[in-house]
Amino acid sequence: MESIKGNEMNAIYGLYPDPDSAQRALNVLERAQGELGFQDRDIAVLSGEPYEEYGFGHRDHKTRMPWIAALGGVVGGLSGWWFVSFTQKSYPLISGGMHLVTKWSDGIITYELTMLGAILTTLFTLLILARIPDWSGRKLYDPAISNGKILIGVTNPPEKARGELGKRLLAAGAETVKEYAR
Amino acid sequence: MDKTPEQINQDLLRPLYHASWRFYVALVILGSLVAAAFFAWGYQIYNGIGVSGLDRPVFWAFYITNFVFWIGISHAGTLISAILRVSNATWRRPVTRCAEAITVFALSISAMFPLIHLGRPWLFFWLIPYPSERGIWPQFRSPLLWDFFAINTYLIGSVTFLLLPSFPDFALIRDRASGWRKKVYGIASLGWRGTPKQWHRLEMAMRIMAVAIIPVAVSVHTIVSWDFAMAPVPGWHSTIFGPYFVAGAIFSGIAALIIAMAMLRKLLHLEEYLKPIHFDYLGKLLLVMSLLWFYFVFAERLTTWYGNFPSEMAVFWVTQSGRFSKLFWTMIFCNFIIPVPILAIKNLRTKIGWTVVASIPVIVGMWLERFLIIVPSLSHKYLPYNFGTYRPSWVEITITIGTFAGMALLYLLFSRVFPIISIWELKLGLQKKVEAAPALASQEPATEQP
Repeated sequence: MESIKGNEMNAIYGLYPDPDSAQRALNVLERAQGELGFQDRDIAVLSGEPYEEYGFGHRDHKTRMPWIAALGGVVGGLSGWWFVSFTQKSYPLISGGMHLVTKWSDGIITYELTMLGAILTTLFTLLILARIPDWSGRKLYDPAISNGKILIGVTNPPEKARGELGKRLLAAGAETVKEYAR
Repeated sequence: MDKTPEQINQDLLRPLYHASWRFYVALVILGSLVAAAFFAWGYQIYNGIGVSGLDRPVFWAFYITNFVFWIGISHAGTLISAILRVSNATWRRPVTRCAEAITVFALSISAMFPLIHLGRPWLFFWLIPYPSERGIWPQFRSPLLWDFFAINTYLIGSVTFLLLPSFPDFALIRDRASGWRKKVYGIASLGWRGTPKQWHRLEMAMRIMAVAIIPVAVSVHTIVSWDFAMAPVPGWHSTIFGPYFVAGAIFSGIAALIIAMAMLRKLLHLEEYLKPIHFDYLGKLLLVMSLLWFYFVFAERLTTWYGNFPSEMAVFWVTQSGRFSKLFWTMIFCNFIIPVPILAIKNLRTKIGWTVVASIPVIVGMWLERFLIIVPSLSHKYLPYNFGTYRPSWVEITITIGTFAGMALLYLLFSRVFPIISIWELKLGLQKKVEAAPALASQEPATEQP
């Protein structure tokens, strides 16, 4: 077992060559939670690509992103409508007796700002929910995942369970088991 | 092709590390042309807009032609990529980033033309809707102001659409690089790790963006068409200008994408990733758009001819058989007569060289189309005493050539910084085994073979 020294955050993990063995390892860890004294939120999964066909790719799957984007669109649209109405009234042009607030043409700007609101909200929601940017380098990571390996492990495992966790990760098909600490 | 993830990484990251002498030669040539364009623009700024060929009654010509043309080319990317994503077309994977990059660069180039056309670019802020004591702005009734909002929304959306799926690829480069590259790509990747939550949120964001960006792309070129259609100028005041412009934009955009992909395939040795089948599919789209474009041109001209308004007919005849007829028939030849037979014959369409042969005239033809919408109408507006002519000066020609060189230069530099094919999406395609039709099996993108 390879180890990386440090003292703030630690983890033990296996690197798996294929999604089937990674799924096996996850199943092993989920079954061993109570026995080895860690919780579901301590299980870490990292991969170089999404695996939609496998259970480990579906962790933390629930999201309200589409609704948040729609809300962003509504806010953008209302802001746009307010913006054009407010400025047309505040800085009135001589319009020869025609309507000062022009609904048809204001609709275009309202529409564009609706879409801009949805786009920007999607971007910021992604950044917040995916917790990026994060350049601290303190989170569990292994560059091997860029070469197709899948990382399955446990963060901050109980000291007495480390040996057993290493054995079980290896038995599930890990190419290598490592300890990580920062 | 049964490539391992490591081999895919090596193939697609190779252009970031190694450049042949051809790259540097292209860099010098394209850079010189861009420098010449900037010199011409500087000359115009110093001496005034009078050094261009613009004169009464033709005050919109090459610059606005280029503006509309490049907006159209920008539809190559984000719109096509978004449509392919929404329709879950599996063959899109090697194509999307090539396409999205075209949008960002073409849109940036097009956005320069209102500034160039201003003559006094230091007053560009007059385009922006800010409160003014002059009583001129904000003029929300003006299509030119609609342009400001539409183009900026599309540019922000397109840049976001290009960057979001790039984070995982930047992380990949970060993991393999050393020295300054590791630092730069480490920052650019935003600390991407690849947790299931990150992957899921990224894919969800891409889906939302794809849905949002399609109506924005349509609105941009519709609004550009309204720059013309809202004016009671013969040949412009038409209700079909919106869809006509959008169709033309997608048409020229696909042609640009085919040419760009063929060049990248050759220069970056991406033969195993950009397959004949990708060109075949894009060729089919180009064929459909060519037919649709011709339908719009026919409908537009037929109703003009049938209506027989003198002011409209003056523009009609000057393009049909008058001074601009050579350009008009060249446009028909380039946009319809050359590409349709080539793309309709399967044996030709499935060969990359022939799809490129069909695409190059489309670029020429669509530029001519934009020119023919603008100049004949302005030079034959209502009363004959007001008729005029237009001849571009060396300044306008140099700037126009420079923008084509600028587009190629930006693309060249982009391919040295970004993986031109989205690596993680390509690998995702390896997972998703698709059933290929037996007839196409031999050409199916290798990464998506069952």
